[in-house]
Amino acid sequence: MSSSGNWEAVIGLEVHVQLRTQTKMFCGCINQYGGAPNSQVCPVCLGMPGSLPAPNEEAIRRTILTGLMFGCRIANVARFDRKNYFYPDMPKNYQISQFDDPLCAGGAVGLDPFLFPKDLQETDEAKAKRSIRLTRIHLEEDVAKSFHYEERSGIDFNRAGTPLMEIVSEADLRTAGEAFAFLGSLRQVLLSGNVSDADMEKGQMRCDVNVSVRPVGQKEFGTKVELKNLNSISGVRRALVYEIARQIAAVEKGEAIQHETRRWDDEAGATFTMRTKEKAHDYRYFPEPDLLPVRTDQGLRAAAESGLPELPAALQDRLMRENGVTAYQASVLAADRILCTYYEKAALGTQHKAVVANWILNDFLATQPEPASSPVRPEFFGELADLVAGGTINSAQAKKVFAELMANPSSPKALVEKLGLAQISDASALGVYCDEAIAANPRSVEDYRAGKGNAINALKGFVMKKSQGKANPAQVDEILKAKLSA
Amino acid sequence: MSLAHETLASLRRRLVAKEIHPRDIIKDLLAQIDAREKTVHAFTHLDGQAALATAEKADLSLPLGGLPIALKDNLNALGDPCTCSSKILEGYRAPYDATAVARLRQAGALFLGRTNMDEFAMGSSTENSALGVTRNPWDSTRIPGGSSGGSAAAVAGRLAIAALGSDTGGSIRQPAALCGCVGLKPTYGRISRYGLVAFASSLDQIGPLTRTVEDSALLLSALAGHDPRDNTTDLRKPETFLAKPTGSVKGLRIGLPKEYFLPGMNAETEASIRSAASWFEKNGATLVEVSLPHTPAAIAVYYILATAEASANLARFDGVRYGRRAVDPKDLLDLYQRTRSEGFGPEVKRRIILGTFVLSQGYSDAFYRKAQKVRGLLRQDFESAFTKCDLLLTPTSPEPAFPLGERTQDPLKMYLADVFTISTNLAGNGAISLPCGFTKSNLPIGLQLIGPRFGEETMLGAAHAFEQAHDFWKRMPPV
Repeated sequence: MSSSGNWEAVIGLEVHVQLRTQTKMFCGCINQYGGAPNSQVCPVCLGMPGSLPAPNEEAIRRTILTGLMFGCRIANVARFDRKNYFYPDMPKNYQISQFDDPLCAGGAVGLDPFLFPKDLQETDEAKAKRSIRLTRIHLEEDVAKSFHYEERSGIDFNRAGTPLMEIVSEADLRTAGEAFAFLGSLRQVLLSGNVSDADMEKGQMRCDVNVSVRPVGQKEFGTKVELKNLNSISGVRRALVYEIARQIAAVEKGEAIQHETRRWDDEAGATFTMRTKEKAHDYRYFPEPDLLPVRTDQGLRAAAESGLPELPAALQDRLMRENGVTAYQASVLAADRILCTYYEKAALGTQHKAVVANWILNDFLATQPEPASSPVRPEFFGELADLVAGGTINSAQAKKVFAELMANPSSPKALVEKLGLAQISDASALGVYCDEAIAANPRSVEDYRAGKGNAINALKGFVMKKSQGKANPAQVDEILKAKLSA
Repeated sequence: MSLAHETLASLRRRLVAKEIHPRDIIKDLLAQIDAREKTVHAFTHLDGQAALATAEKADLSLPLGGLPIALKDNLNALGDPCTCSSKILEGYRAPYDATAVARLRQAGALFLGRTNMDEFAMGSSTENSALGVTRNPWDSTRIPGGSSGGSAAAVAGRLAIAALGSDTGGSIRQPAALCGCVGLKPTYGRISRYGLVAFASSLDQIGPLTRTVEDSALLLSALAGHDPRDNTTDLRKPETFLAKPTGSVKGLRIGLPKEYFLPGMNAETEASIRSAASWFEKNGATLVEVSLPHTPAAIAVYYILATAEASANLARFDGVRYGRRAVDPKDLLDLYQRTRSEGFGPEVKRRIILGTFVLSQGYSDAFYRKAQKVRGLLRQDFESAFTKCDLLLTPTSPEPAFPLGERTQDPLKMYLADVFTISTNLAGNGAISLPCGFTKSNLPIGLQLIGPRFGEETMLGAAHAFEQAHDFWKRMPPV
């Protein structure tokens, strides 16, 4: 991970996740990405004088669901607080957030080995399957978005008031790769619960990183630096690789690390000082008097529980155990609910579920990346697998059927007939082909009988050619051997 | 006689009987305003033509059909100014109706005039207005009380039949007492605060200022009830009180909190309150001495909690989206600093600074959190007092209206004007102030009845009985 083996990094993440809800956190405005600037606003999310927040129960329920998915403790009574600071993108100049009594506390995110960067998936750190503890998950409102032009600035308040979860991890992460896997694993669970689209490019998932370095074996933390402007999961990894190396180089030169916020510049591939933390912000938190405490034990928690999905880790286990797919395939399927649903439908009617996984994940996705909108019905894959396993077609023929299936989707059985591909498994018909092969290839017959086992391949090739590829290879092998040893 | 002297209830009867038309009321009020507003200055904004136009369309089948109400200038009414008597809201027009305003509209009411107030409801004399002082109709050299001083002066001075005010620490009741009208601060959660520009969210309540208790009940009926836009409104049905108060005081247990009758208090006020208490006793009520032991802490607790909340509530006035904006700011900080230092008056600044301080790291435990705890004790004081009595009887204000300018340089002395009203806001109880006498120099004295939480019906019934047995409410101010 680093240039020097004597140092380790200590990393904690604060992840903001926009919740997927019909309306905003405290008003009836639609919660939707995009829209003409300031077209999804009202007196409440604009912070007009006299307006009051009315809490969105759906957002509270989804936050509780998120907490349940990560094994957090759900507060019986949660409270909202005001976090005070001035900024133009903050309509009221305070943010309604949670401080002392968040909805969720504790919990953990398990690192999925296949959600490490590709180049690290075979390493020990990926295989360690570490679990990263969460400190808390709280619910708050998102701020507006500022745009700066040459002389003026503009503010789009469409985003203001979007329900936003803040997920805070403990400082359990040690490497840039782990941070990458943490975000991927977190996102996978969020998607499985349908609580957020969690798209970092759209700002639906945003991440601040705290990182410090210390000598291996030391318990105390080093001086931490906060990294901002991280707009993708791979950006987080690159920024951490850079920043950890920078900090190690600095301490090795005997320099002190500044307690500061640094901005990641993706193009430059480096972090730069944004502000030093000498003047720590005093947010003057106090309980939000406009909102009653939230009781979760009067139906909210139960409602969230009823929406609990099969979590990615459980799903992967089941697919490996019951369907015989590989760990990698299970991880790919768990990461994509739509694909997984498609696969499970395809595998439903066949015993050959692993074969179906191969077809879908290797061949099908290559041609049709959007299974949900594909005209190829999932049950066709089960049918195809059964045709091969039942000996109706061989694997070479199956490739032809697959190609036809992609071009003109219809039942593989019908395609086999249409293409005239049905395999010849009739012993007497095959016997005739084999006799012909023996008669036409005396040299190979002689070699075989002299002990050169491979010589039989020429005879098999003759039969396959004669039968236009339809002969059942296993049966041909059997018949030839019988005839040659007679 | 001018219709301006009548009550909502009497005008309603005459409107329904078709003796008069809503425009007649507006015309009479405009005539009064022409004659007296120059002296009183109760309003920050008047649009007589608009009121006359809506009067033509009034629907008399509605409970408040055709009746004009004045609005304190901190209640949003679509399209109208809402200055909070502050320079910082110059040019602002409300983009929506407050729930209270919408409910009055739905009940058929008309709006005539927006009333002056202490800036952002911070004050007890209406002298903290950036739009000029309001004078007491009983003596134009004296203050009308505050912060709803414009509403009280308008109702008392016959410039309005009734008005809405807001009460955070006495801002409806104290001016009602000083102007000789009826001021009701309902139980916290009774009326939606949505659209009331917030001063201290956990203390603010909207309420009516009227000439009679019956009018107060009439407006409360239209205003009360759960509002999905205000999370702190109570879910219970609003019909727990009658639109027309009734009942005798027989059998009522009236508590006299000993902390509200102190040696050295204004003698005329004390005499008047004691005689009101005797009236209740003579008419079949029992007087009980009770104690609200944490009363001495109330003012300190109030000025910590109210200012803390205000420091956040007033943060939104930053020149970015609405209202006044500093000209040619050189950067963001300059925009904030100049907008706010030019836009807010001294009392507002004092409270923002105090509120910011009590929430600051290192101080919030000693001030904000401790005050929250004491607030809990004050609430318990009231709960235990109401196990011994049905209503509490106290003076509304320690003294009658004081001269203009007397206390503007002494904020602490000004803060003491609310000593008898503040505790009910902290505890959340409802209370009403009604006239109970006059001083020798003809200044009104107010009686305060405090009820248990959501005990408005008993409170209004007792107030009505007292009022109807006396004729204080009929007296006309000289101005």
